[in-house]
Amino acid sequence: MTDPNGLIGPGRPAPDFTLPATPDGRRTGLREYRGRPVVLAFYPADWSPVCGDQMALYQSAMPEFESYRAAVLGISVDSFWSHRAFAENQGIEFPLLADFEPKGAVARSYGAYTRGGEAARALVVIDPDGVVAWRQLYPQEVNPGADGILDALERMRVSGEVRVG
Amino acid sequence: MTTPLQVTARLRTPVSGADHVRGATDAPVTVVEYGDFQCQYCGAAYPNLTELLRQREGTVRLVYRYFPIANVHPYAESAAEAAEAAGVRGRFWEMHDWLYEHQDQLDPVHLSLGVEQLGMPPDDIGAEVERHAHADRVRRDFVGGIRSGVNGTPTLFVNDVRHDGGYALPDLLAAVDAAADT
Repeated sequence: MTDPNGLIGPGRPAPDFTLPATPDGRRTGLREYRGRPVVLAFYPADWSPVCGDQMALYQSAMPEFESYRAAVLGISVDSFWSHRAFAENQGIEFPLLADFEPKGAVARSYGAYTRGGEAARALVVIDPDGVVAWRQLYPQEVNPGADGILDALERMRVSGEVRVG
Repeated sequence: MTTPLQVTARLRTPVSGADHVRGATDAPVTVVEYGDFQCQYCGAAYPNLTELLRQREGTVRLVYRYFPIANVHPYAESAAEAAEAAGVRGRFWEMHDWLYEHQDQLDPVHLSLGVEQLGMPPDDIGAEVERHAHADRVRRDFVGGIRSGVNGTPTLFVNDVRHDGGYALPDLLAAVDAAADT
């Protein structure tokens, strides 16, 4: 928590941002999702060489996230052109945001930027009031799956922060 | 930087009578596979799992659960539903094997021929797949997998602990032997 370079801790207000979400320059950011839980999935790069890439998996799991009314945003330093091709290839429909210029600025503000110049593999779950509820950093090469996210959303539901629609 | 978490995911949905099981019911080691019939890595693991069951007969049993990543594999969901349609007829493993042995023929036309080859009624099974009669079962497996930390396919759990090693036969034999010894 006190480490200035560490991943943002629970209880802290989530830094606001807007990032390009589509090649036509449309931007999206946290403010648009206020009142709903938001899952930020920072990841190193598009095009990881496995079946069941993390972002493709989240697309398949979207009905589960939506049952908590949660929005999922993928964030990497790839450009939106790369994101668009990647999303088309993997059938991803949720926003992949380009933390491209200034490079990694949003990842840095969450403490999720690596010395190698990529976003870390990190998950941040933000409550409907914009406060960090849960976060976890993972090894770069490990696909973290979705169980940690769903557990965090379930705890929110149990504590009454999220009404299941 | 905060220390990354090396997660040891555990199976949260216990094996039950509703599962498709191959091998001795009283085997001390249970391997649960979450698989996608259109995934090439699952296809590569398939003969190794078969050989594992042969070499460790009596020691290990295999449970298969559906984990179609449909946005990447357009035929994965219908293949899973067809396997379940065969399953309700007591023919799950025959269909499972056919699907992994014909991964390039999962389109509706070839799938229907496969069902016929196996001596099952292609029109009935086709209709069940068409109206998603078995979609709930497939989804239940998928959601249980997501909750258990399945992060791609194939994902194996060996006695409830996620196997993060490889899928080559020596890796699988070593994992099963280690579990049998504990």
